[in-house]
Amino acid sequence: MTLRDPGTRDARIADRPEMGPEARPDARPGGRLPLTTPEPLAALLSGAAQRRREEETPSAQAEWRLALVAGVFAMGFLTVALRMASLALAEPVEPRSVDAGPVYAERAEIVDRAGRPLAMNLPAWSAYAHPHEMDAPGAAVGRIAAALPGLDEDALRERLTAGRRFAWIKRPVTPEERQTLHDLGLPGLYFGAREVRVYPAGRMAAHVLGGARAGEEGVRGAQVLGRAGVELQHDAALRDPAREGAPLRLSIDLRAQAALTETLEAARAATNASAVFATLMDVRTGAVAALVSLPDFDPNAPPSLADPDEASRMRVRPAQDVYEFGSVFKPFVAALALDRGVIGMNDMIDAKGPLVWGRHRFRDYYRMPDEMAISDVMAKSSNVATARVALAVGAAPYQAFLRDIGITEPSTLELPEAGLGAPKLPKRWSEVSTITVSFGYGVSTSQVHLAAAYAALVNGGFRVRPTLDPDAAPPGEEARVLSARASEHMREVLRAVVTRGSGRSADAPGYPVGGKTGTAEKLNRNGPGYDGERTLATFAGVFPIDDPAYVLVLSIDEGADTTGPKPRRTAGAIAAPAAGEAIRRLAPLLGLKPRFPDAAAGAAPGALLAANGG
Amino acid sequence: MRTMALGASPGRDASILGRWWRTVDQGTLWAAGGLFLIGMVLGLAASPPLAAKNGLPHFHYVTRQAFFGVLCFATIVTLSMATPRQLRRLSALAFGAGFAAVLLLPFYGTDFGKGAVRWVSLGFLSVQPSEFLKPVFAVFAAWLLSASAHPNGPPGALLSLLVTAAVAATLALQPDFGQATLIVATWGMMYFVAGAPILLLIGLGGLVIGAGVVAYGASSHFASRIDSYLLSDAEPLTQIGYATDAIVTGGLFGVGVGEGTVKWSLPDAHTDFIIAVAAEEYGLALCLLIIVLYLAIVGRSVLRLLREEDMFIRLAGVGLAAQFGMQAIVNMGVAIRLFPAKGMTLPLISYGGSSLVATGLTLGMLLALTRRRARSEGQL
Repeated sequence: MTLRDPGTRDARIADRPEMGPEARPDARPGGRLPLTTPEPLAALLSGAAQRRREEETPSAQAEWRLALVAGVFAMGFLTVALRMASLALAEPVEPRSVDAGPVYAERAEIVDRAGRPLAMNLPAWSAYAHPHEMDAPGAAVGRIAAALPGLDEDALRERLTAGRRFAWIKRPVTPEERQTLHDLGLPGLYFGAREVRVYPAGRMAAHVLGGARAGEEGVRGAQVLGRAGVELQHDAALRDPAREGAPLRLSIDLRAQAALTETLEAARAATNASAVFATLMDVRTGAVAALVSLPDFDPNAPPSLADPDEASRMRVRPAQDVYEFGSVFKPFVAALALDRGVIGMNDMIDAKGPLVWGRHRFRDYYRMPDEMAISDVMAKSSNVATARVALAVGAAPYQAFLRDIGITEPSTLELPEAGLGAPKLPKRWSEVSTITVSFGYGVSTSQVHLAAAYAALVNGGFRVRPTLDPDAAPPGEEARVLSARASEHMREVLRAVVTRGSGRSADAPGYPVGGKTGTAEKLNRNGPGYDGERTLATFAGVFPIDDPAYVLVLSIDEGADTTGPKPRRTAGAIAAPAAGEAIRRLAPLLGLKPRFPDAAAGAAPGALLAANGG
Repeated sequence: MRTMALGASPGRDASILGRWWRTVDQGTLWAAGGLFLIGMVLGLAASPPLAAKNGLPHFHYVTRQAFFGVLCFATIVTLSMATPRQLRRLSALAFGAGFAAVLLLPFYGTDFGKGAVRWVSLGFLSVQPSEFLKPVFAVFAAWLLSASAHPNGPPGALLSLLVTAAVAATLALQPDFGQATLIVATWGMMYFVAGAPILLLIGLGGLVIGAGVVAYGASSHFASRIDSYLLSDAEPLTQIGYATDAIVTGGLFGVGVGEGTVKWSLPDAHTDFIIAVAAEEYGLALCLLIIVLYLAIVGRSVLRLLREEDMFIRLAGVGLAAQFGMQAIVNMGVAIRLFPAKGMTLPLISYGGSSLVATGLTLGMLLALTRRRARSEGQL
């Protein structure tokens, strides 16, 4: 930057011709350049320069400059005065709300289909500190830690003495803990209101609900976000202030959920199974009334995801895991064959084994009659006869039918985990695939898929889509996948399995059960083939079979009944009794009236008592 | 003038005090006294909360303020008797000492936990050297500027600019951007009155704004102050928010003596935000009175300087008056959100020994320069 010395008269006078040459008494031509020949500082400090100055009076120009300075200050003070007046004379308003982070809308509650609470909010507090306002943060640590047992004292000391101006102490704290902290009387200790998501039913329906976690967190509140399950699936809707607190209602029936959970726990204990899971679904709407997966967890204290064993407790096995379910697939091909008239109810089907197809030979596990009607094929669960029916139906119609009843399509259940349970199909569908799939190998689906498909078999032939919506409407004629007559026949066939087949122990007094057992050997852990020691035993049942209301699919993973001389791993031995017990308990809870068509009126209560006693 | 009304003329009374009384700008003296008394009254209300917090006697700060007030007015009277030449020499020496003190602050200063090293602790009191440096800087710079008005004079404008830049840079590094800005603005005013080319001033203004932008980016201290000024969202819990609310609450005549609440929530209620206490308890009326008194001091001084012929007296006077006035405007402007928070005191009213005595220095020298004197007396 170049600086022109304002005192250099030559320049000033040249700028201001009105001053005239007489105003420059002894200006030297070519005035000094400030930077090249500076006056010695000593001369400057002695004031010698001033003493030599001419007696000229200050110019008029300097006067206007001075006046302008005075004017600027007058304007400045006037501005301050006016602004102050406008503030002071303004109508006083309520103090504006403090902007300490957004205010979060209360997360909507979740209730079961009868309005019983599944997830709700409790008011709680967060405790935090402004260390710089504390007299001695180091000394305060001990007192705080003493007031909050279980708090990591060293971590707290680190937070409070690190020189930060804000530190969480604990969140959430209960109202009691808050009072204890408050009574310490420490300066710089503060509390923020927040909500805590609680699940009053504890472990019940834990997998459906999923759980919540803390999201963005401010001093005045914290966001509660879904972690899994419905809480995650409907996270935005639950947090939407426009809901105005309207609860989210699910199709889950809390009482049925609890009864089923208890039954499954007993079955798991009895069979020493690695996992037991079940789906209870309304046959008309596809609405899931109960979804149980054991081992389970408490969403109030969700398991750590770092530990694989603990994290596996959060697996929603009925919806998330796909399995080859085995013989429970057999009724599908039977239904299709009956619907298309490939077979009639009384046609005899060749069950002689082995069935040779190419280099494959298929046999049954034990000796079968040479030929059987379709209900006996199901009751005795003949692989050979089922395969012959499938071959008679043909691969293309069979594949189409599996798709129509939803087996090979992605599930519509409103859980994020359900998206993981996409069915697995043979890479190339050969005739052999048709054979193996007809008795349940080669296609992996989730249990929820299976339940929806069974619902379609018995509900008059309408495809249902799995849902958690309690208000789902039964599908209309456009969803028909089976003739009403074929569906009628299927009820007979499934009933036969329970009255005289492998599913005998699934029957419940007063509630006639129809269904199908399926014992699938699991794939070898190492190498190819199947492992006879590790089975997935499934019973897919419908009750009451004469007027179907619910389908219950129950699976026992790697379980065995070891009470007898030989461990029994078949579905008829372990899954069917558990399903029968479950239905006996569930049916009354679900509002179904028991019927005893074959018994005298007086004998009915006795039969019921006997059943209860056993 | 009052002296004329008394029928006296300068020089008739031989006594020093009598002559001083007739020639000094009595209006400014009265206004300064009035402002100080207002400050005392406000301190009675504003400082007890702080005293209570620090475990001191109720009126600890009021007593101290009274003591410093006496010191302040003693300084005013003493200095106003000095001749311009004495002032000039005093300022040159004091500037050297003051600048050295500010430069050495990082080695012996304390920041009182406020984020800027500005104070020297002397045990029973703490001194802020930059407060004293400001007025002597104005006089010293005025001397340099006026020296260049002479045909054979030194390149005063350039020298004064270098001095200004050095002082401002030192203060900005403390960091004390408020004082640095005040120093630069003071010099700007004096340079303007000395006859600066308008274009150059515009360029300088741009440079100051540019420096501000750089400082904003480089200094978190500076940035946080600007942010709390610009971001009105974060307002209500900041000092400015409380101060503005206090003015709104006070209305025309205030909520009543001792009834205000802002002094409890503002840590700097007795110093930087004293105007908020005034507005809340005594209302707009007192604020307007305070503004009128400040304007009277600045306006009278500048108008009296108009009759002054000597360049040095003019420039030094303008510099001192401008410093005094700008500090008042900026301090009040912060409370009403015209300016970002600066950490600048309200002259004569805010609590603080350094500030008060330094203001005494400013006004004493200003009064010495605006004294009516025979033409021969004005010669240096």
